Amino acid sequence: MENLIAPLIAAPLLGAAVLLCGGRRLDRAGHWIGTVLAGASFVIGVLLFADLLGRGAEDRTLHQHLFSWIPVGSFRADIAFQLDQLSMTFVLLITGVGTLIHIYSIGYMEHDERRRRFFGYLNLFLAAMLLLVLADNYLLLYMGWEGVGLASYLLIGFWQHKPSAATAAKKAFLVNRVGDLGLSIAIMLMFTTFGTFAFGPVLGAAGDASEGKLTAIGLMLLLAACGKSAQVPLQSWLGDAMEGPTPVSALIHAATMVTAGVYLITRSGAIFNGAPDAQLVVVVVGAVTLLFGAIVGCAKDDIKKALAGSTMSQIGYMILAAGLGPIGYVFAIMHLVTHGFFKAGLFLGAGSVMHGMNDEVDMRKYGGLRKYMPVTFVTFGLGYLAIIGFPGLSGFFSKDKIIEAAFAKGGTEGWILGGVALLGAAITAFYMTRVMLMTFFGEERWRGRETASPAEPSAEPAAEERGRHAEPHPHESPKSMTIPMVVLAFGSVFAGGLFSFGDSFVRWLEPVTGYAHGHPPISAAAVTTATVVALVIGVAVAWLMYGRVPVPVTAPRGSLLTRAARRDLLQDDFNHVVLVRGGEHLTRSLVYVDHTLVDGVVNGTAASFGGLSGRLRKLQNGYARSYAVTMFGGTAVLIAATLLMRAV
Amino acid sequence: MSVTAVHSLWTTTAAPGSPGVPAIDRIPAPTIEYAQLAPVLIVVGAAVLGILVEAFVPRKGRYHAQLFLSVVALAAAFAAVVALAAGGYGTTKKHIAAMGAIAMDGPTLFLQGTILLASIVAVFTFAERRLDPEAHGNRVDSFVAQAAAVPGGEGEKAAVKAGLTTTEVFPLALFAVAGMLVFPAANDLLTLFIALEVLSLPLYLLCALARRKRLMSQEAAVKYFLLGAFSSAFLLFGIALLYGYAGSVSYARIAEVIGGSVQSVDPALADTMGNDALLLIGAALILMGLLFKVGAVPFHMWTPDVYQGAPTPVTGFMAAATKVAAFGALLRLLYVVLPGLRWDWRPVMWAVVIVTMLGGAIVAITQTDIKRLLAYSSIAHAGFILAGVIAATPDGVSSVLFYLAAYSFVTIGAFAVVTLVRDAGGEATHLSKWAGLGRRSPLVAAVFAVFLLAFAGIPLTSGFSGKFAVFKAAADGGAGVLVVVGVIASAIAAFFYIRVIVLMFFSEPKPEGPTVAVPSALTTAAIGVGVVVTLVLGVAPQYFLELAGQAGGFVR
Repeated sequence: MENLIAPLIAAPLLGAAVLLCGGRRLDRAGHWIGTVLAGASFVIGVLLFADLLGRGAEDRTLHQHLFSWIPVGSFRADIAFQLDQLSMTFVLLITGVGTLIHIYSIGYMEHDERRRRFFGYLNLFLAAMLLLVLADNYLLLYMGWEGVGLASYLLIGFWQHKPSAATAAKKAFLVNRVGDLGLSIAIMLMFTTFGTFAFGPVLGAAGDASEGKLTAIGLMLLLAACGKSAQVPLQSWLGDAMEGPTPVSALIHAATMVTAGVYLITRSGAIFNGAPDAQLVVVVVGAVTLLFGAIVGCAKDDIKKALAGSTMSQIGYMILAAGLGPIGYVFAIMHLVTHGFFKAGLFLGAGSVMHGMNDEVDMRKYGGLRKYMPVTFVTFGLGYLAIIGFPGLSGFFSKDKIIEAAFAKGGTEGWILGGVALLGAAITAFYMTRVMLMTFFGEERWRGRETASPAEPSAEPAAEERGRHAEPHPHESPKSMTIPMVVLAFGSVFAGGLFSFGDSFVRWLEPVTGYAHGHPPISAAAVTTATVVALVIGVAVAWLMYGRVPVPVTAPRGSLLTRAARRDLLQDDFNHVVLVRGGEHLTRSLVYVDHTLVDGVVNGTAASFGGLSGRLRKLQNGYARSYAVTMFGGTAVLIAATLLMRAV
Repeated sequence: MSVTAVHSLWTTTAAPGSPGVPAIDRIPAPTIEYAQLAPVLIVVGAAVLGILVEAFVPRKGRYHAQLFLSVVALAAAFAAVVALAAGGYGTTKKHIAAMGAIAMDGPTLFLQGTILLASIVAVFTFAERRLDPEAHGNRVDSFVAQAAAVPGGEGEKAAVKAGLTTTEVFPLALFAVAGMLVFPAANDLLTLFIALEVLSLPLYLLCALARRKRLMSQEAAVKYFLLGAFSSAFLLFGIALLYGYAGSVSYARIAEVIGGSVQSVDPALADTMGNDALLLIGAALILMGLLFKVGAVPFHMWTPDVYQGAPTPVTGFMAAATKVAAFGALLRLLYVVLPGLRWDWRPVMWAVVIVTMLGGAIVAITQTDIKRLLAYSSIAHAGFILAGVIAATPDGVSSVLFYLAAYSFVTIGAFAVVTLVRDAGGEATHLSKWAGLGRRSPLVAAVFAVFLLAFAGIPLTSGFSGKFAVFKAAADGGAGVLVVVGVIASAIAAFFYIRVIVLMFFSEPKPEGPTVAVPSALTTAAIGVGVVVTLVLGVAPQYFLELAGQAGGFVR
């Protein structure tokens, strides 16, 4: 069976190659090729999953070695794959959700001239993401890591004619570079510490390395995770990344790529287990981001940006869980999977709403849409219930476990972390209820208004053709879009229960990530009760603010916090003042030093050699006789020196 | 007794004669391993045939006949070298052939192969007939219509009008190649001297044969000849002194005497044998003769004048093949004959290496003619190679072999590019005319830039691999100072190489600038081979480094 691992990656890679090199003659069939190959990858994934299930729990790690990529001395970089329970989970999520989103995109991108290219990029993303999770060493993982970064860049900027999209793509790329630097340093540190990159030897020997080294590696890995998973302080790109087409936001910037950081930390668990300080930083980052994203999500009127804030916050939960060590790894991944379902579903729902509303993204211009798009309403609603952690739905099980684990951290830390997680749950309930109410309930605020006013360029170019000044006629989306939403809604509802039933998910992942049952200072039932109470408070406050009273079409000025949250809690301003200005000053002073000091030395040296050259050149006067004299003199010196050496 | 003296000139293997046997019987019939000399014999044979072609083939057919003959002969000789190498003559079966005159070993075969390949490429550039505008309806190459005609005189005009060309350059080149093949293989001092003359005399002639700027060309040839003769005299004197010291011209015998392992003393030479003054002076004089050929400071002064004046294809040929042969001979001399003198020659050679590297690089900075620039660059490179030569380790040998192979193709390619950039007066060699070439002919400028980067030793070019190997060998051989100076010299040299690149790509083209001629397949092939070898040896040098490593063992 292990020979099936490479085809898993090869199928979408082939799709990308065919679609991107095939040219216009594939325009008509391109989306089918892309979708079928993504589906093929999913089918292979299911076959492998069935095979793994048939094996004993300790026997579920498959290896496939293709070839040695760079063997130089003790340096060995292999193209080799490792499939275990952790990567299998990701494979199913990536290919499953990926295939659904391919299907959705057929309808969503129908009017786009460059649809073939879009599917090519999506396939490229799948291949890179699969490479990331299937690599059996950090170097190959890095290749996949960069590959998803590239695909993300290409897809955020897919509508490159829009300056905002091009800028957003560039921003995502640049911010990710900072994180990637962390990963590359971590890999170099690993090589100097362990002499190899392969997961097995590195993680196996992690216990023997000094804590200082493990902490350094762990912090660098965390930096990488922060970049890719949009965690504070490298979170600023995710909101802008919503400039990409909505299926991209659903697949890459919600369900899969942004969770790569969680994968990295979980995969490197052995390193973090030996570095408590690094772990502490991880949980702090997770907790801060959890609140940060949630607060940003409360203030956004753009439906996709509100969801982006939510994504940040949910990944904050995962990072927090992963930072807790063996008591949290399993739940980080569990929340990752359930989040993959409901957040992808929510994004697809948002896309469906936009599709029916002439690509309007401002929720203040929505309202009362439940009558017009019933399927979208129901699937979005189920996703909503799942994310706020409505008892019985997916998000409830996974989030509750994380909150429990946070309390189980113990001591003051445990109380703080648990409290933050609970607060986050309440805020989540608040902003998601707000989105729900503003979109599907209340007055039909779009009546008698033009959508997507010119001052705010429309998100999708097709809108311009469809006439941006007309009043929207909300309508349900085509089957190709609603079916994936329905499937994801099923996942949102049932996945959590399925995973928790008899602790099946814990037992599945335990051999890879390890598991220790956490004992919170208060009983599990109390934690669950607290979670539900937080949920009810959040929903109630949202209803009081947005359900009971009409929503104004123009946003009110809002409190200081609201205004800050609308500007993403001033993250860009912070970056500008600290990094951009600081960078400019640093550059200027360096340029000054370069001009005066360095250039002075360099030019002085050059000038002195030039002068020497000009003088030596005069020896070359063109007369054979003087050349002969030089030769004679040279020989005489040669002989004299030789004799002298002997004499000495 | 005089018989014995003559005898010892020719063989080292025969034991001193026993009394009672007539002297005449003691001269053994020479045994010559013709098969092992095949590369040389093929080339010499083709050269002789080439002269017959000149005599008997009608004028119209000569060019094609000569070109065909030369390329086939060089290719066949290369095939013979490959066959010998495959037969193990470079490694397990290395020995001394032709009655002690020729050493058959790895360095010999590697250098012969390099020389032959470089010569094939050089012959391509010799045969280029598309670059010069047609003279009276006849296609012409870089060589004069009639060498004997007075420059600018009536005879020359008549010869041009008649469409004459100097097809003799092909057999001349073949003779030179034959000399070059023997030069690094020579295993006694007389063979060394003869090979030197066989390779030099045709080159003197070739230098004088430029079609344009004939006076400059002839001046270059005369200078080269005079100084060459001068250095040959030193060399010959050195040979005489060494013979006086060792009683033999055989490398092995001299080495034995230096090593002090010889008991029998030739009574005729009893007065001089073992006299260290003779040895040191003789060795220094022979070294000087070889350093002249490789163009090391202070015996380098002919190089810029001759490189500039000679027809550019000949310059490329000289700069590549001659240098390979001369370094081969130098290696053998220092490793086989004079290793016992290591502590005497090393300090002196250190000084030579340092002034050569620095001198070449520094004087090149202020050059304004591209051919002179490349000449000084070749001097600096001679210094780099010498740094590897005096490492006195097996790695030193193999690094030098690799460097020579890499360097020769870059050099021929670079000079071939020089032939393409032309204006009304022929090749536009003044640097100012190269300004903005990159805008006008990006491809040619890019190719030249690749060669310049290789000269500068930028990674991913053969220049880097070669320089790295040589400097590493020098450092391992305990010459760290040389490496430091070498790196400084490289940095200085990088300045003027990159200046040319900047000139080509970042300067405004001049309105009256030169045009880039479209060459035939011949020059294109020469340049193409240069680029391919440069990049292959730069990106994946491992195989060739190993090949050079295997070829590093001298037979003694």
